[in-house]
Amino acid sequence: MKTFKIGGVHPSENKFSANAPIRKAGLPKQAVFSLYQHIGAPAKPVVAKGDVVKVGTVLAEADGFVSVPVHSSVSGKVNKIDAVVDASGYRRPAIFVDVEGDDWEESIDRTPDLVTLAQRPDLTAEEIVKRVKACGIVGMGGATFPCHVKLTPPKGTKAECVIINAVECEPYLTADHRLMLEKPDEILVGVTLIMKAVGVDKGYIGIENNKPDAIALLTEKAKAYPGIEVVPLRVKYPQGGEKQLIAAITGREVPAPPALPIHVGAVVQNVGTTFAIYEAVMKSKPLFERVITVTGKDVKTPSNFLARIGTPMAQLIEECGGLPEATGKVIGGGPMMGKALMNLDVPVCKGSSGLLLMTEKESRRGEPQPCIRCGKCVGACPMGLEPYLLATASALRKWDLAEEHDITSCIECGSCQYTCPSMRPMLDNIRMGKTTVMALVRARNAK
Amino acid sequence: MNVIWIAVIILGAVGLVSAIMLYAASKKFAVKEDERIGQVAEVLPQANCGGCGYPGCSGFAAACVKAADGGSLEGKLCPVGGQAVMEKVAGILGMAVAASEPKVAVVRCNGTCANRPRVVDYDGVRSCRVQLLSGTGETACAFGCLGGGDCVAACQFGALSINPETGLPEVDEERCTACGACVKTCPRRVIELRPKGPKNRRMVVLCVNRDKGAVANKVCKASCIGCGKCVKACAFEAITLNNNLAYIDPEKCKMCRKCEEACPKGAIHAVNFPPRKPKAEKPATAATGVPAETKEA
Repeated sequence: MKTFKIGGVHPSENKFSANAPIRKAGLPKQAVFSLYQHIGAPAKPVVAKGDVVKVGTVLAEADGFVSVPVHSSVSGKVNKIDAVVDASGYRRPAIFVDVEGDDWEESIDRTPDLVTLAQRPDLTAEEIVKRVKACGIVGMGGATFPCHVKLTPPKGTKAECVIINAVECEPYLTADHRLMLEKPDEILVGVTLIMKAVGVDKGYIGIENNKPDAIALLTEKAKAYPGIEVVPLRVKYPQGGEKQLIAAITGREVPAPPALPIHVGAVVQNVGTTFAIYEAVMKSKPLFERVITVTGKDVKTPSNFLARIGTPMAQLIEECGGLPEATGKVIGGGPMMGKALMNLDVPVCKGSSGLLLMTEKESRRGEPQPCIRCGKCVGACPMGLEPYLLATASALRKWDLAEEHDITSCIECGSCQYTCPSMRPMLDNIRMGKTTVMALVRARNAK
Repeated sequence: MNVIWIAVIILGAVGLVSAIMLYAASKKFAVKEDERIGQVAEVLPQANCGGCGYPGCSGFAAACVKAADGGSLEGKLCPVGGQAVMEKVAGILGMAVAASEPKVAVVRCNGTCANRPRVVDYDGVRSCRVQLLSGTGETACAFGCLGGGDCVAACQFGALSINPETGLPEVDEERCTACGACVKTCPRRVIELRPKGPKNRRMVVLCVNRDKGAVANKVCKASCIGCGKCVKACAFEAITLNNNLAYIDPEKCKMCRKCEEACPKGAIHAVNFPPRKPKAEKPATAATGVPAETKEA
């Protein structure tokens, strides 16, 4: 069975919510739309206080090429434009909408019928990319990179295949797994749309073999779609990393930054994004709701929700049976790469793939011990770096040493810290060093 | 015997030729260094802290000599040695030196554990820069001191230390040389170099929160809420209000302490003044009046 070659770890999977069907989360009383839901320039608000909006109305428009619009997920009145603490932990401008009823824009096709590419022969590649951008679609695996940018390969590059990231290698999370089981046809049509947009006739769907039901279902269904192949992968974290997935499926290695996956001919999209692309192009539905897993060892009913963007996290926790007593940490995302939330009023945003409620005991870090030079971190690093060295260089502010050892190649997967028997906080320091070195490099290039 | 002589002669000849070549090379490629650079460097403190903006003391000495050739020593200051060293430098170079005020690092945050409630627990690496990656730190204040001690690590003179009671760094004014290393390190720009002031006395706004009043008030008991009362109280136009934050211009401040009384949040501090005799109870009564004042603001 295929997998990537360098490094990787296998944390216990803990997929408690794998058998919980996706259910609709209730409408919030007030929805909050951060303007920073994607990487790139923040969206520019186009509504003002008191404006009446419907589900799917544009609240803020894209500001530049690497930017996307934000749509309302509820109907009601704009209450205010103010700052809110979002998943980043910072106060950022957001649009607050008081919810009244559930009134959708007429342009959205709400019928459940499947529309395939064959039924819409008039769709051109440009048209698909245009709609994807207009519907505000971003990478929904967590990186939130504007999707239309990836679908527009830069000059001088040629896409050869589309890879759908259905790996879901983060422990606990099951949102993508459930989506594949419940919307397989829509996802496959979505893959054909991406293939058409970038002009290739080969598509791979990479799924880890801890989801045998999804592999079987999609393999069966994919027979009707020529060019699409389901690739079962051995379970290994961080297989969902773009570069690792490309290596696992095609055997090609993406060179160090600034090279992009497109330089080895691959366009990678998350499976959730693929579904959103289908809905955007075929159903004219902007990205205003997504599947999010709410889970944890003490959670009464670990669930997968179809939640509207802007719903406060506290409401989702309430719908799962409330916050368990001994909760020590609430993490937005998975346990490996997620980020602890500052409070529970953080709204669901386009990149929220999960909410993990950790117990007090799980969330405490062990006291760091001296490095015993065992080299486990080096063996675990999927990018072939030397984490112990990068961490020390960053902690001692030796930026040139860190840069020399390719700190900017780090994908911040946390495998090093996970394997470390001395519980050293390597990733903390590496992240800090990486942001600093990247800023230094940018400043140098700007000169 | 012959063999030994041959060896001695050959070696001697090689040595002689090499010596001549080396001598010629040393004459031809000699780098003439201005003697004054060495003399200036000798009077500098040799801390090599970089506080002057040049790479080490010898770099600063070279810059001084160059500036002196240009006609003026203006803008050149060794923060560690201060006025005394600069006078010596000027003497060597035969220049006059402009009077400069001694400065000191000031931590502009009073978000102690008592004033600023800790809203989350952070148990990662104790470093401000690392903490910043995970959000606003342990408190909800997005501007104030994180208490991670990056400034303490940056200080070469041992002038900074974290007070475990307040969780904030404290400056030892005797040791602080105003080299500015902490100012550059602080990721939140909380530390500022301010003139020491007459008799070491100075007025400072101990807050850098630029949020709106209501938000700033909520996160910290001692925050500046941008109400502007100090601006009105100041008779010398020394206080400006920018982005909901008051700033006292040390050049204009006449130390009348009116602003200190006017501040409803106690964010303005009079440093090193003798304690007030008659109005000792004033800050306490001002503190109880906070909610009403905030509504006005």
